[in-house]
Amino acid sequence: MNSVLEPRTKEDLFAPEIRAEIDEWIAKYPPEWKQSAVMAALRIVQDANGGWLSNESMDDVAAYLDMPPIAVYEVATFYSMYELKPVGKHKICVCTNVSCMINDVDKLVEHLEERLDVKMGGTTEDGKFTLKEVECLGACGGAPMMQIGRQYYESLTPELIDSILDGLE
Amino acid sequence: MGWNKTDMANEVCFRTLELDRPWLLEQYRSRGGYETLTRVLKEKVDPAEIVEELKASGLRGRGGAGFPTGLKWSFISRNAPGQKYIVCNSDEGEPGTFKDRDILRYNPHAVIEGMVIAGYAVGATAGYNYIRGEFWEPYERFEGALKEAREAGFLGKNILGSGADFELHTHLGAGAYICGEETGLLESLEGKKGQPRFKPPFPAHFGLYGRPTIINNTETLASVPDILRNGGAWFRDIGVENSGGPKLFSVSGNVNKPGNYEIPMGTPFAKLLEMAGGMKDGRPLKAVIPGGSSAPVIPGDMMMDLTMDYDCIARAGSMLGSGAVILIDDRHCMVRVLERMAYFYYEESCGQCTPCREGTGWMYRVIHRIETGEGRQEDLDLLDDVAARIQGRTICALGDAAAMPVAGMLKHYRDEFQYHIDHRKCLVGSGS
Repeated sequence: MNSVLEPRTKEDLFAPEIRAEIDEWIAKYPPEWKQSAVMAALRIVQDANGGWLSNESMDDVAAYLDMPPIAVYEVATFYSMYELKPVGKHKICVCTNVSCMINDVDKLVEHLEERLDVKMGGTTEDGKFTLKEVECLGACGGAPMMQIGRQYYESLTPELIDSILDGLE
Repeated sequence: MGWNKTDMANEVCFRTLELDRPWLLEQYRSRGGYETLTRVLKEKVDPAEIVEELKASGLRGRGGAGFPTGLKWSFISRNAPGQKYIVCNSDEGEPGTFKDRDILRYNPHAVIEGMVIAGYAVGATAGYNYIRGEFWEPYERFEGALKEAREAGFLGKNILGSGADFELHTHLGAGAYICGEETGLLESLEGKKGQPRFKPPFPAHFGLYGRPTIINNTETLASVPDILRNGGAWFRDIGVENSGGPKLFSVSGNVNKPGNYEIPMGTPFAKLLEMAGGMKDGRPLKAVIPGGSSAPVIPGDMMMDLTMDYDCIARAGSMLGSGAVILIDDRHCMVRVLERMAYFYYEESCGQCTPCREGTGWMYRVIHRIETGEGRQEDLDLLDDVAARIQGRTICALGDAAAMPVAGMLKHYRDEFQYHIDHRKCLVGSGS
C-alpha cells in the first residue's frame, strides 16, 4: 500500500499497455461516465494480475477511474467472473445447469475431480488448475460444456477433457 | 388444419447462415445486407412509418418478455432534446438459451443494421451492445463487424452522406444473470452492480445515463432490417396470430441434434422435435421446458399436441419465453431438475428484494432436502406457499421466474415429489 505521503499519479498505477487498454474502454462512454469502464478495467487488471483481484489492484482501479473504492468493490463482488482470491493458471468453468445436467455433466465433474485431485471450487497443489462450477454459459446445444480462459469447449467426454487438459501448459 | 410451412427455415436472422463465413460484410451484402438502411437514409423514410411497419409485423421482444417491439419504439419522442440511446441486450443467460450467441457469431451485421435503423427511427445517435462477459468469441466477431461497418460508412458520422450519425460500441458483462433484465443491464452499463430499477419510469423515459433509451434483445434488432425490406405484413404472415414472424428456438437436452432452429411461429412442436433428430436413443420424451428455465414445465405427451407460438404455449400453462426448448427423457428425476433450477435462482438473485433474496434460498433448501431424502409431508405445501409469496412482490421478474417453475413441477409431477418424501429415494433411476 502506498501511504498518503506518497501520492501517485495515474501514470504510476498501471503499466502503459494496461493504461492504453483501459483508456480504449473509457473512450467508449461519455466523458462524465468514466465509471462505465470499471467492468472492463477490472477484467484487464485481473488478467494482468494472474487471474484475480487483490484489494490493492481494486484500489488502483478506483483511483484510475476517480471512483470511491467501495463502488469498485461492489462491482467486483457482484459479478461471478471476478476472482477475489488467487486462482490456478487455468480456470476450468464447468456448467452444471439443467441442459448440461441431463447430459450427464456429473460424470465429467467426477472425472475432472479425480484427474486433478481437487474438489469443485478448489485449486490444484501445483497452482495450475482451478475447478469452478458456473451457471448456464449459453451453449446448451453443445452440452455438456465448459470454459477455460476465453475458450468454450462443447460436447465434452472424459477423453476429450483429457486431451484438452493435456494440451495446456 | 394442415401445416404448410415445412420448407420455411432460416428466413430472417439465419438468412446468411448457409454462406461461407457469413459474418463478413461482403457476405451480408450479397444477400441484401444494409440495403434497408441505405434506402431509409436516402429516401429519408418517415420514422413514424418505420414504427408503424414494426407494429404491423407483430414482432415481439425475443429476449423472453414478448413485448411488442413497435410499441416500445413508439414510447420515445423523436424530437425530445438531448442524447438518446439504443441498447442491444446480448446478455444471454436464461438457462437453455443460446441463440443470440449464434446471431453474434454468424450474422453480426444484421444486429448493427437493426441498431442504426433504430437510432434513426427514434433520433438516437449512440448505442451499446451489452454482450455477456463469457461470450469472448461472439464479442470479437461483433467487434470485427463494427470495424467493417465503420470502414464502409454504415456507422459513425454522416452515414452514407445522409447527415445522420450513429456511434456503436460493445460493453462486456462479467457474469450475472440479472443483467439480462433491462434495467439491471443499464445499471451495469453505468459501471454498477446490476440491480434492477423500479419501473416506472421505463427506459424510454429514463434509461441509460438517465436518458431516453430503447433496449431490445439481439434477435429482435437483427429482425428489423428484413421486416422493413419485405414489409410488416410479410413478417406477420410467416407466423400466426399474435406471434409474428419466424423465431429462433434453441433446442437442447436429450435430443439427437441439439441446436438453433429458425422456424415460423406456430410450427408444431412435433415438427421441431423431428428437425432436432428426435429423442436420443429413442427414449420417451418425459417433459419439456418450452421457453427457458423460467417457463413452467409441460409433460411430453401434452407438448406433442402444441404449436410453438406465444398463445398456444400460454394456453398450456407455460410461456414461450426466449424460445429455449429443453427436452428431458425418462431417465431424469424431476425433483432433481427443479432442485438445480432452484439453485440457479438462489445463486443469481441480486439480493435487492427480500421475498426473492430469502425466498429463492428457502425454496432451494426445501427442494434439496426432498431430493436428498429428508423431505417432510408439509414441504409440498410450503413450497407452493413460498413461491406464491415471492410472485408479484419483487422489483423485477427474477422472483416470478424463480417461483413459476415450482408450481408447474408440483402440478405435473407431484407423484415424484411425494415418492421422495414417502420412500426417501427416487422414483426414477438416475436420481438419488
